[in-house]
Amino acid sequence: MEWLIAIMIGVMTSAGVYLTLRARTFPVVLGLTLLAYAVNLFLFTMGRLTVGQPAIINPEATGYADPLPQALVLTAIVIAFGMTAFLIVLALKSRGELGNDHVDGLDADELKLKKLAEDKVKDVAENKESNT
Amino acid sequence: MMLLTALPVLIPLIAGFLLIFASTKSYRLQRVLNLAIVFGLILLSFKLVNTSLLGGHQVYLLGNWVAPFGIVFVLDQLSALMVLITSILAFGALWYAVATKADENGSYFHVLFQFQLLGLNGAFMTGDLFNLFVFFEVLLLASYGLLLHGSGAARTKAGLHYVVINLIGSTLFLFAVGALYGVLGTLNMADLAAKISTAPAENLGLIAAAGLLLLVVFGIKSAMFPLYLWLPNAYSQTSAPVAALFAIMTKVGIYAIIRVHGTLFGIEAGELANFYTPWILGLGLITLALSALGVSASTVLREQVAYLVLSSVAILLIGIGINSPAALAATFYYLIHSTLIAGGLFLLADVIARGRGEFQDQFVTAPSMSSAILVGSFFMFGVVAITGMPPLSGFMGKMLILSAALDHAWFASILAVVLIAGLLMIIAVARSGSLMFYNTKEVGEIPGEKLNAYALLAVIGLFMTGPILVIFANPITAFTELVAQQQFNNQAYIDAILNTPAKTE
Repeated sequence: MEWLIAIMIGVMTSAGVYLTLRARTFPVVLGLTLLAYAVNLFLFTMGRLTVGQPAIINPEATGYADPLPQALVLTAIVIAFGMTAFLIVLALKSRGELGNDHVDGLDADELKLKKLAEDKVKDVAENKESNT
Repeated sequence: MMLLTALPVLIPLIAGFLLIFASTKSYRLQRVLNLAIVFGLILLSFKLVNTSLLGGHQVYLLGNWVAPFGIVFVLDQLSALMVLITSILAFGALWYAVATKADENGSYFHVLFQFQLLGLNGAFMTGDLFNLFVFFEVLLLASYGLLLHGSGAARTKAGLHYVVINLIGSTLFLFAVGALYGVLGTLNMADLAAKISTAPAENLGLIAAAGLLLLVVFGIKSAMFPLYLWLPNAYSQTSAPVAALFAIMTKVGIYAIIRVHGTLFGIEAGELANFYTPWILGLGLITLALSALGVSASTVLREQVAYLVLSSVAILLIGIGINSPAALAATFYYLIHSTLIAGGLFLLADVIARGRGEFQDQFVTAPSMSSAILVGSFFMFGVVAITGMPPLSGFMGKMLILSAALDHAWFASILAVVLIAGLLMIIAVARSGSLMFYNTKEVGEIPGEKLNAYALLAVIGLFMTGPILVIFANPITAFTELVAQQQFNNQAYIDAILNTPAKTE
């Protein structure tokens, strides 16, 4: 079980890092969510992995699961959830105000290309007019 | 007596909720209420400083659970000092927001302001690493709201960067907290320090990794190289009172380094004792060099002030990196000075931008603004203080740090970087001052608004720290030396927290 969980944390972290480094806001939001999942799983395993053990005091229990990481993970989940919701709203706001979903707002190169394309269309239209 | 320790956290919490209800009423009510509460916080923080001067640590056990099982709030001289600086700065920023009606540009300014104070005070008071994470989130969430307050495309863009980098910081914080808990089985800072000193050798590598991960997190907060790139944009795009309040936000990172690393990896930590200080010293020197270049390259006054804040953070990092009681005492002196003066400079930049109308605070030739001589004198006063020229507090602070550096092995590079960076900054602010106040166009009427005298009062109030810190330098340095000694005495901190009994009634 240990290696399975370790690999899961690793895969989610690397996918999260990759997505966080993307240039559009939506992949960044997804990347941060994946990172939050990875860290939650990591925190949970820090109480050691146990199967079928109670977390609260029980006279018949042979051993215990550590309850503290579970409480920490709950707090971390709530905070990450709230932050993700906020980030999505902020990403939508920046999409609306800046006109695109690039993390740096207006993408200069892209705008230049767009302008070139528009000029070309205009030129073609003018040429047509002058020909006819 | 114990409740006093919880009050700096409880008051903003309750006030925040009160202000939510008041926000359905007039702005007048909210402003009066908020100003009164922040003024009350100043009085409370003086009481806290007074109590902390008795020596010892006041420990408040949440829910009456003894440490290390429950969360503790700890009042010592360092936390009392930080709460005091925060409330004085908050009063100045709030006064300016009320005087210029900046709080009317969006909703819930006053509510967010109190929750910001809640997060800040909580971070200063807590003695538990996970609780520190929670208060970091509280102060960050409030700061996101405040940063974006008033809207605007440039503000949204800077806000997005700020939010994303801080969310990554939070994730790293949790990884570090998880690793420490996995190895040591506790999150109480005093208990962590006690357990690190007796940790088996095979775990030391993991503990050191978690400690450096925490340094990255606090480095993001305090804008340490190479994690400072978010700061100039975020600080220069937000509204002036928020930028002024944010002068304390970088210092939260500095405080966290002193508190967490100083306590966990103090001299008792065996092999890991002070393993982090070369990192801080080296990165602080690089940050200072780059911030001096940033100050020289700025084209807008607010951006220049943001880089000046960065330079003050770098000097504080150098002070921590030297890591001696004298250096730490000098660091606290410089911290008081740099926070309040930088806050005042952000407000003054806004006064200048309002006075120059369409030219804003850009470094271009423009018609002379109204009351240019008065505002210009304050500008000169502020930059003399922050660049560390005599006779104001910046000079004293830098001199104390440099004299503490003389015993350090790296003293040549510290002296060289600090003095050359200081010279570059003096040249840059002299150029920007002469562009804005001397090199004016003769013709034309006054471009911007008339000077708002009430707004200028906030600037004067915050700038008063400059002369006060110099005139009362003797008692204040005596106090900061006490703070530094208490901070270096880790054993007293550990004993006070782990031996506080639960209340029985």
